[in-house]
Amino acid sequence: MNTSVAPTLSAVTPEPGRSMAAWWQATPLTLVFVVFFLIPLALILMVSFWDFNEYALLPDFTFKNYISVFDGCGNTTDMCVTFKTYLSTFKFSFLVWLITLVIGFTVSYFLAFYVRSSGVQTLLFVLCTIPFWTSNVIRMISWMPLLGRNGLVNQTLVGMGLVNTPIEWLLFSDFSVVLAFVHLYTMFMIVPIFNSMMRIDRSLIEAANDSGASAWQTLWNVIVPLSRTGIIIGSIFVITIVMGDFVTIGVMGGQQIASVGKIIQVQTSYLQFPLAAANAVILLSLVLMIIWALTRLVDIRKEL
Amino acid sequence: MNNNRTAGFWFLALFFVAFVLFLYGPMLVIVVLSFQGPEGGLTFPLRGLSLHWFVKLAEGLGVVDIGAALKRSLGLGAAVMAFTVLFSVLAGLAFRKKLAGGNALFYVVVASLIMPSIIVSLGIGLEFRLLDNGIKWVLEALGFTTTLEEYGTSLGLFTSALGAHLTWTLPFGLLIMFAVFNRFNPAYEEAARDLGATPWQGFRHVVLPLIAPSVVGIGMFGFTLSWDEIARTSQAIGDVNTLPLELQGLTTTVTTPSIYALGTVTTLISLVVMAVAVGLAWGLSRKQKKGHHE
Repeated sequence: MNTSVAPTLSAVTPEPGRSMAAWWQATPLTLVFVVFFLIPLALILMVSFWDFNEYALLPDFTFKNYISVFDGCGNTTDMCVTFKTYLSTFKFSFLVWLITLVIGFTVSYFLAFYVRSSGVQTLLFVLCTIPFWTSNVIRMISWMPLLGRNGLVNQTLVGMGLVNTPIEWLLFSDFSVVLAFVHLYTMFMIVPIFNSMMRIDRSLIEAANDSGASAWQTLWNVIVPLSRTGIIIGSIFVITIVMGDFVTIGVMGGQQIASVGKIIQVQTSYLQFPLAAANAVILLSLVLMIIWALTRLVDIRKEL
Repeated sequence: MNNNRTAGFWFLALFFVAFVLFLYGPMLVIVVLSFQGPEGGLTFPLRGLSLHWFVKLAEGLGVVDIGAALKRSLGLGAAVMAFTVLFSVLAGLAFRKKLAGGNALFYVVVASLIMPSIIVSLGIGLEFRLLDNGIKWVLEALGFTTTLEEYGTSLGLFTSALGAHLTWTLPFGLLIMFAVFNRFNPAYEEAARDLGATPWQGFRHVVLPLIAPSVVGIGMFGFTLSWDEIARTSQAIGDVNTLPLELQGLTTTVTTPSIYALGTVTTLISLVVMAVAVGLAWGLSRKQKKGHHE
């Protein structure tokens, strides 16, 4: 995890006659990504300009789908559905990003700098990653016995006399959606940040101590800048996941909260593929812009 | 750096413990609740202790055939695992040498990893629907009317869904292979070559045993990622459903602890696969170390 040998993406031993073999070895993987990733993306772009009726897709070149996505958005007094949906999606992305960043950084910082035995360190790290391997839906529904109207939290609060009637906003609300996202995806922050922190040369921290820096100063001026790569990689993961999500928002929002991913899913279930494709193109452009902005700050290739 | 157990240490340690409780607490709750007696409900208090809801689960939940979905998910997971291992190892080997277009391929793989799943899923669904249209058009043009009437769709578990899962598992597999080969000492391989081993012999007897534990890890990634996948499968699977998709549907309709029992069972399967993989990887690396000492 923490070896920082030079990347071997480029040539190690360029030998004549072997590059052919390398080419064949890479072919199956390349084919998978061409057939199941690049072509599908190209088709989304193409179909987003197609027309459709109740039964079929009609090859065409029309901006109808894009116009219908932004229908009514010129109105300044009342926000259109699309803008509202994006605003709500951005709100979730930002909240989840902020919370997972704070938790992910703190947990990684503890593991990387305060746990002294490397065995214990590995053990605690693995402990954090195990839940990632179990079903997301199961982890979502596991909140229901806790947050429901008759759930454990409300039973406790009412029992203690802190509230008179059960709190309604614990489940099927913005709160439960954010909580589930944090529960599901903080791991995506911990792994890259922990990885970055483990590569920090410990002598730099000693040097900071010797120069009289306080723990806070060391943290802020040495550790945070040197963990930047991990922070950005983690941020990209969390933001792209939340931007495209429809499962978590669906289950934890009681199917009542809109998101861009949910719109795409609903439109495909009504076979309105060109509309869904137009929405996907818009979502994709926004996500790419965010990633582009984030990667201005770091060279991912160098860090592997 | 912190030789004294300072206030900072205790604060962070408490924070960590709270985080672990946050991760595991809810899961434990549903495991406990799934063992309720027949009178049990969806919340506490626990009413009795029995396997009642597991029996109910085995009998089936309403219209959903859990057994069939389970088999589909296991089959798909096994296929995804096999392809992920094979393709990742091959591509990992390819990237050790000079590879024309290697950079572009690497960026595509990373792009697939961070692409919102709903978009990939929608694209694959579209691709296969357009393929259906093409096939139907060809059948019609050739006049195969009976075949045309019988033709359903090319969307399916081992076509579109398999491809969709691979776009999610292969990036993990490839990144693990990069990490493995970054640490790999090519001297062993060169030694084998100097002794006259063919490239295949070098791989089979030298490289493979050394990377075996990580290869098992890639297999585990492949299976468990596929086993729990919803978003990439949702638009790309066609008429049938995998277990996670059924489960997602059940969250709104099933109001008995059977759903917790299902959660307990699927979690258990994930954990068993992980345990087997970890055990296997451990055994392989032990064997390797022993080999070195002999």
